[in-house]
Amino acid sequence: MTITQSQFRTAMLDASTDIPKGLLDAQGRDAGRRFNVYRNNVAVSLTDALETGFPVIAKLIGQENFRAIAGVFLRQHPPASPVMMFYGAEFPAFLRNFEPLQHLGYLGDVAKVEMALRHAYHAEDAQAIAPDALAQISPEDLPNIRMSIAPSVQVLSSPWPIYDLWAYNSIEGHPKPQAGAQDMLITRVEFDPLPHLLPSGSVEFIAALRGNATLSEATEQTTKTYADFDLGAVLGLLLTGNAITSITHEDSQ
Amino acid sequence: MFDVTSQFPNLPYMPGVGYKPQHFSEITNNPGSVGWLEIHAENYMGHGGRPLAQLRHLAERFPISVHGVGLSIGGEGALDADHLSRLKHLVEWLKPTVFSEHLAWSTHEGAFFNDLLPLPYTNATLDHVCAHINQVQDTLQRQMMLENPSSYLAFDDSTWCEPEFLREVTKRTGCGLLLDVNNVFVSATNLDYNPRDYITAYPLDQVGEIHLGGHDEDQDDFGKPLLIDSHGREVVDPVWALLDFTLDLCGPRPVLIEWDTDVPEWAILSAEVDRAARALSKVVA
Repeated sequence: MTITQSQFRTAMLDASTDIPKGLLDAQGRDAGRRFNVYRNNVAVSLTDALETGFPVIAKLIGQENFRAIAGVFLRQHPPASPVMMFYGAEFPAFLRNFEPLQHLGYLGDVAKVEMALRHAYHAEDAQAIAPDALAQISPEDLPNIRMSIAPSVQVLSSPWPIYDLWAYNSIEGHPKPQAGAQDMLITRVEFDPLPHLLPSGSVEFIAALRGNATLSEATEQTTKTYADFDLGAVLGLLLTGNAITSITHEDSQ
Repeated sequence: MFDVTSQFPNLPYMPGVGYKPQHFSEITNNPGSVGWLEIHAENYMGHGGRPLAQLRHLAERFPISVHGVGLSIGGEGALDADHLSRLKHLVEWLKPTVFSEHLAWSTHEGAFFNDLLPLPYTNATLDHVCAHINQVQDTLQRQMMLENPSSYLAFDDSTWCEPEFLREVTKRTGCGLLLDVNNVFVSATNLDYNPRDYITAYPLDQVGEIHLGGHDEDQDDFGKPLLIDSHGREVVDPVWALLDFTLDLCGPRPVLIEWDTDVPEWAILSAEVDRAARALSKVVA
């Protein structure tokens, strides 16, 4: 009897289904718990991958809970690709909608931070501009420059204190999170992603730069909504984080 | 951006090791008996950053074997075209010395299970395995090697024994073989046959690489030993003896130590590599 890979998959992911007939031991008896090796390998290896990828979530809900929840997630969302470094893209939304975790509303956004850290780690390399490159531009050209942002740069926005939640669970001695919205920037100077707290309006400002706005357009757009927008602070973070990869400007008219 | 051009046309008849990033400094500064490195293709399919920078650096100093764990050569459905093109991209910039994959399936209807799943050895399986190997070799424009699996159970509809199945695959596709001696020991224990008979029947003239790794021990429903290919500990003595038996039959080959889970400090892994070097030194070419 031929067992299809669909039948094998169903029995492998759902331990309550019968083991397909036609799988045998050396004496021709039903394979029985030999089949569990596959059930176990798949569940354990995918759970391990999730735990490695979302260490702060595991810390926030406890390892035992994390592994139980991962077991539910991996059956609903097995990897769509063998490139496991990006496994778990659906995990933030899953946590947000998972009934037993409704009292921990921030988990989804913290999981997004952990996913963003992985994307930053594996992003394409790019050469940053020299730290004094902005200072070299004449004051009359400065408003008209356009800047490209490094592929490793990640920006996140949340109604929860995502930076402090991440840092409190990752950095020894970081103060306890207080309620409130936070925005985050992740830069990668060489190989290690570095999270920062972003000052107000910076998310819109960086999005405008990525949308090819000039420095003055991006600043104007941002200050319309955020009167306290601190251009110097965000430019400082981008420059020290090797986040700007080129500056272009048309000749002044 | 990537311009590694391999200056290594063949893997040397020396021990190699499955590369783990935590051993980068030790391998770079004091490789000991290590003559080549193996990487898992899927771990180097990001866009940049440390993994690719380390690999670029290592490829200038060591022959590299790229070992795929995600192509699902034995899948009933078509190969994942996106994955095959990622692999092509990796192989084109890295120019590894060899590329190998498994006689197994791991993807079905778009879902990847991160494990090497078993196949019945039937004519139908033979046809689609060979079609997939042809597609891989045509896409990569190079020969690949196929590795024998670890078995925990058998299929009642198999009509080929594994060594003959693999021999037929090499005849039809021109692919080479990778012989995992630990997998032979695991399968032979689990399915009650003599591992030496298996190796004697294996097409040893097609073997371009040998793997060794550690396994775990469990029991089946009847209390019989059930060995599990975990790559999480030292290679056991009977597997070292089986390596000696193999090398006596086929002569020296590149021999890899695999240790993928609970990865130890370099000194422990390096001692395994030294033991492989001693096994190779006893063999006359």
